[in-house]
Amino acid sequence: MSALLEVQDLRVTFGGTAAVRGASMAVAKGETHCLVGESGCGKSVTSLAIMGLLARGGKREASALRFAGQEIGGFNEREMSRLRGDRMAMIFQEPMTSLNPAYTVGSQMTEVLRRHRGATRAQAVDRAAELLGRVGITAPGLRLGQFPHQLSGGLRQRVMIAMALMCDPELLIADEPTTALDVTVQAQILRLLAGLQRDLGLGILLITHDLGVVARIADRVSVMYAGEVVESAPTAELFGNPRHPYTRGLLACVPVPGKVKRGDRLGSIPGVVPRIPPGFAGCAFRDRCNHAHAACTGPIPRKQAGPGHEVLCTLDLAA
Amino acid sequence: MTPAIEVRDLRRIFNVRQGLFAPPRQVRAVDGVSFAVPPGSVLGVVGESGCGKSTLARMILGLLPPTSGEVLVDGQRLSNMDRKARARLIQPVFQDPFSSLNPRRRVQDIVAMPLVAQGDIDRATVARRVGEALERVGLSAEQGGRFPSQLSGGQRQRVAIARALVLRPRIVICDEPTSALDVSVQAQILNLLDELRRDLGLTYLFISHNLAVVEHVASEVAVMYLGRIVERQESEALFHNPRHPYTQALLASVLTPEPGLGVPDVGLGDIMPDPANVPPGCRFHPRCPKVFAPCATQAPRPTAFAAGLVECHLEG
Repeated sequence: MSALLEVQDLRVTFGGTAAVRGASMAVAKGETHCLVGESGCGKSVTSLAIMGLLARGGKREASALRFAGQEIGGFNEREMSRLRGDRMAMIFQEPMTSLNPAYTVGSQMTEVLRRHRGATRAQAVDRAAELLGRVGITAPGLRLGQFPHQLSGGLRQRVMIAMALMCDPELLIADEPTTALDVTVQAQILRLLAGLQRDLGLGILLITHDLGVVARIADRVSVMYAGEVVESAPTAELFGNPRHPYTRGLLACVPVPGKVKRGDRLGSIPGVVPRIPPGFAGCAFRDRCNHAHAACTGPIPRKQAGPGHEVLCTLDLAA
Repeated sequence: MTPAIEVRDLRRIFNVRQGLFAPPRQVRAVDGVSFAVPPGSVLGVVGESGCGKSTLARMILGLLPPTSGEVLVDGQRLSNMDRKARARLIQPVFQDPFSSLNPRRRVQDIVAMPLVAQGDIDRATVARRVGEALERVGLSAEQGGRFPSQLSGGQRQRVAIARALVLRPRIVICDEPTSALDVSVQAQILNLLDELRRDLGLTYLFISHNLAVVEHVASEVAVMYLGRIVERQESEALFHNPRHPYTQALLASVLTPEPGLGVPDVGLGDIMPDPANVPPGCRFHPRCPKVFAPCATQAPRPTAFAAGLVECHLEG
């Protein structure tokens, strides 16, 4: 099956800082691919680079950036904006900052359809109301006339999702869509996303730092560290058989009810995510790694650790 | 034994005006909360945003006067204490180490501030105790000379903890102390807080929306909903045998890193709690999956049982 989104060797630099250093990933139709990592690892920049939304000063290079079989790496802004919001849509973490506070929910939602599809106002309003119902909002007519500040956080995020779905996108990129929400609402929103995906066959690239979210919703996981994908595997494989020391460290940091007793020390990773200077060679994790040895300063091999399981490490960490 | 913190029927009402000419509405942020925390233990407080947990913390810190009710710290009434005495007894650690530290001061001056504010401690003692506090939280003297912007999020939270400890308080109020941090750093800070509690005999009130974190640190847990504690139990009992339907829903929504389990159906519906508009009867009844006849009209009374307390018509 050909991938819906295919990214090969993506590199993003901001001036002298390399934010993404050769990341590759693919999202198939109907698949949820989670990109997980700590702040500063380049996961958000990766998603913005794919959408062509890098801030000024950001430079993107990739040996391939294909969407539905078409190379979009060379697209200009006009061609990209035709694609964005239409065939590929994005939801951000904080719906309060990504919704325009000066316009009603209805006018923001209908704009997408009118602009991309040339729909009439009435058609667009019907579609918006239908989608608000779809994402579990009761009284859609009322909500369409309201402003973002009149909605709760959970409702706003539902509005964002409904807005992203206006043009029936094939790919949805969601950057920390539930991080700002209460756990109860988070569960509801994630269930909603999973249901929509099942019904509409969406491909989802979900960016998160929360391993709990990853475990429950992802089909495939890529772990990013300092701008590189250090490990990528199907979800059960990644959690059951993590190979990279960073992945193992991350998993040990999360308190799991019933597994780590109160008073036991949690695993932690010493140090902080380093800033990577241009021309850096070797493994970026080596200064924090218990297993670091001489070879870690040289080129790091990308190894096959199982079916669909890749790891970027000099070690041969057995299961 | 005198409880380290005791709270008796504490209430705080805010008058909120929603428009220029609209009559003010009353928001009951904390609506009759009572509990006692024995010295050396950790009371975890959990609940959704808007449930009143931060208002509660601010009242216990003396940063916000209660509308009614009492706070006793170490057996003494908070309202009878002056600011300096209060600061020697109880200190806060807040969520966001980016906004809770003055960006224009060096770390050592930030940590020294509570000592300097006491007014009667000489400079040599201040310097020595700042050094001790920094060392205690794992920061070097060299880092003491830096500005907060030169430190990572985890290091900044260590600064906030050092500042809280420099007066050698008995009680620390931690309001979402790790919510702004990455998981690997969160683990470092949780380990540090636990170590400090054991070594210094501290008592914590630990507020968090992250139940897995609370289970890890707390000896007892209070679940808040719209200004009231709806359930309080010893931590292990609460996580194994939650009695209140709200606690059950909260626990069900925790996404543990276990693949294959999918996302749970919480069963809470779409109605969001609004502290300005508390429902009559049981305040949880519009969202409760187990709602029945009395819930809409009668407020449930707290029912005590062996390990704690629950406020629900299904109990007692």
